[in-house]
Amino acid sequence: MNGAELLVKSLEKENVDTVFGYPGVSICPFFDKLTESDIHPVLVRHEVNAAHEANGFYRTRKKVGVCISSSGPGATNLITGIATAFADSIPLIVITGQVKSEHIGSDLFQEADIIGACESFVKYSYLIKNASDIPKTVKEAFYIASTGRKGPVLIDIPVDVLLDEGHDFNYPDSVNLRTYKPTLKGHSVQIKKIINELSKSKSPIIMIGGGVKLSESEEEVLSFSKKHNIPFVSTLMGLGVGKDDNPLYIGMVGNNGSKFANKAINEADCLIVAGARVADRAVKQPDLITKNKTLIHIDVDPAEIGKNAGPNIPVVGDLKEVFSELNKFEDQFDFTDWVNRLNTYKMTREGLRESTDLYVDPKEFVYLLTQGIKDESVIVTDVGQNQIYACSNFVSKGAGFVTSGGFGCMGFSLPAAIGAKIGNKNKRIISLNGDGAFQMSMAELSTLKQENLDIKIVIFNNKALGMIKEYQHLKYNNNYTFNELNGFPHFEDIARAYELDYKECHSNKEMKNCIKWLLNSKGSCILELNVDRDAFTSMNM
Amino acid sequence: MKRIFSVSVENRFGVLSKVSSLFARRGYNIESLTVGETHDPTISNMTIVSSGSPHDLEQIEKQLNKKLDVIKVRTFKEEESISREVILVKIKYSAANRSEIIEISQITKAEIVDTTDSNMILLLCDTPDRVDKFIDMIRKFSIIELSRTGTLAMKKCK
Repeated sequence: MNGAELLVKSLEKENVDTVFGYPGVSICPFFDKLTESDIHPVLVRHEVNAAHEANGFYRTRKKVGVCISSSGPGATNLITGIATAFADSIPLIVITGQVKSEHIGSDLFQEADIIGACESFVKYSYLIKNASDIPKTVKEAFYIASTGRKGPVLIDIPVDVLLDEGHDFNYPDSVNLRTYKPTLKGHSVQIKKIINELSKSKSPIIMIGGGVKLSESEEEVLSFSKKHNIPFVSTLMGLGVGKDDNPLYIGMVGNNGSKFANKAINEADCLIVAGARVADRAVKQPDLITKNKTLIHIDVDPAEIGKNAGPNIPVVGDLKEVFSELNKFEDQFDFTDWVNRLNTYKMTREGLRESTDLYVDPKEFVYLLTQGIKDESVIVTDVGQNQIYACSNFVSKGAGFVTSGGFGCMGFSLPAAIGAKIGNKNKRIISLNGDGAFQMSMAELSTLKQENLDIKIVIFNNKALGMIKEYQHLKYNNNYTFNELNGFPHFEDIARAYELDYKECHSNKEMKNCIKWLLNSKGSCILELNVDRDAFTSMNM
Repeated sequence: MKRIFSVSVENRFGVLSKVSSLFARRGYNIESLTVGETHDPTISNMTIVSSGSPHDLEQIEKQLNKKLDVIKVRTFKEEESISREVILVKIKYSAANRSEIIEISQITKAEIVDTTDSNMILLLCDTPDRVDKFIDMIRKFSIIELSRTGTLAMKKCK
């Protein structure tokens, strides 16, 4: 067997059924051997989308996504996608071809030091020097990517290593890394302290972060909240865990969150942060958060605890383990009064609706759209105003919510939606895009057609980079510059070019019918929303 | 605040760059860094001297521990450590200042390890602050080349 075959066999051993990638000279040996396997390769139209698709794939399949590119420009094109995954702790295996071992460092055609370039946003990286190391490396890489704080792992393989013949395939059964032993079980003393703290608290609140989804601990956290009647809020990355009909769910926090959720955090005397970074967008002044409350921070990554806010009770561990332990305590608390008080803060949407019939109100659109979808659907947002509209008007009835929260990468939605659909064909995938972001990713419509996928695409078209415009309005005295997109392309023609159904929603009057059309259309389609070019999210920047 | 990090790492290709890039990426200061193989050829030891706020120093330790090639991080203050540095300095001398240089070497216990009729190389192994003082003393001579190793440190026996 040659190195490429060892690689294919190793991926099979990890139960990989799909890889997202783009060929090139250095990685050709791999695709050559892949024809002998059942693993399905998805040919993207730009390498960055391979990483985004693997990212979306993980979000619905809960299995590590794999993306593959060639050396040099192929590898560097992946970087933005790797960084996007890293910022949201999404496990990926990134395989890049490399020039021949003997030529590394000689600035050969299509050579790039991809390991050096990616150092600060991979969890770990390998440069394989001997083909016989491939199985062990793949085994380790999957283990590292998917345990502890998840993240992308890069494997760079020179082409001569892929072509090196004469190896037997032996896949290791276990991984033994002396430098990597993530702490999963929370310290029992610290866990007891949480219970003690709750016995003293009058108004505790839980902040659910993306870590709850990543550790698949939704059930444990929600049952803890229910057991003691502890209200909870969500960060952007935690959206979807709390459902709107749960009286304990107060809403999303942060500068795009609801006023009452932020108020709830401020008034709480004990804040349990579960799998969140206390990041700048979620908590405006993280260092002040401990001022009038006890901060309990539970995270699998010890370096995250105390980075942005110093907790009174730090707990390092996997959320699933920690909350299972917490649920074992017989102590019973009840914070009904506090929950009732918080529920009086909640505001209705009455009066928020725009009366104009010249345009589509994007807030109302997201509200109406998400009101009608449940756990059969997943919303995938892009970055910009569409992301803000989506997260702050999302009605949580069980639908999944996928977004690039940490890195804020434009052009994420369409490829992530493709990955999400491939990850779970039973889900209805709805991709929300701005006209700016969509133009970064629309070449991927071709992949969508090739894979024969059914994805509902929404484009909020305000013919401008709306978020930039809003920022210039807020911070640069309305000096609008460099944000006009000129009204091109005509998305109807784009839809026709890719043989997709298309509809334009001109005004609020048509909204309900258009949503019906979107959700019920057969196959992929594009719904273009005619959004006022002066529409603002009114986010709190 | 100054802090010494003695870091055991996998003795592998690229590890030095991974560790040093962590400092660059997060804006931490490196005052000195020395690295070498230990008695176990699979392990290297890095001694990194850094300074910063207590929050920064805590983060450095956590981020170092997070690196997958890092086996163990020991951290201690300067006064809790035995630390040494080696310095080599090449000086141009003349008949007029030769005896003064020799005198300084004797006082500081520096060794003259190489000489020609116009140049000599002095070697000193001492604590970092005494190496600083030594440099101050020889600064007035014509220094051709100066090289110091950076701090090598170990926590004192208890």
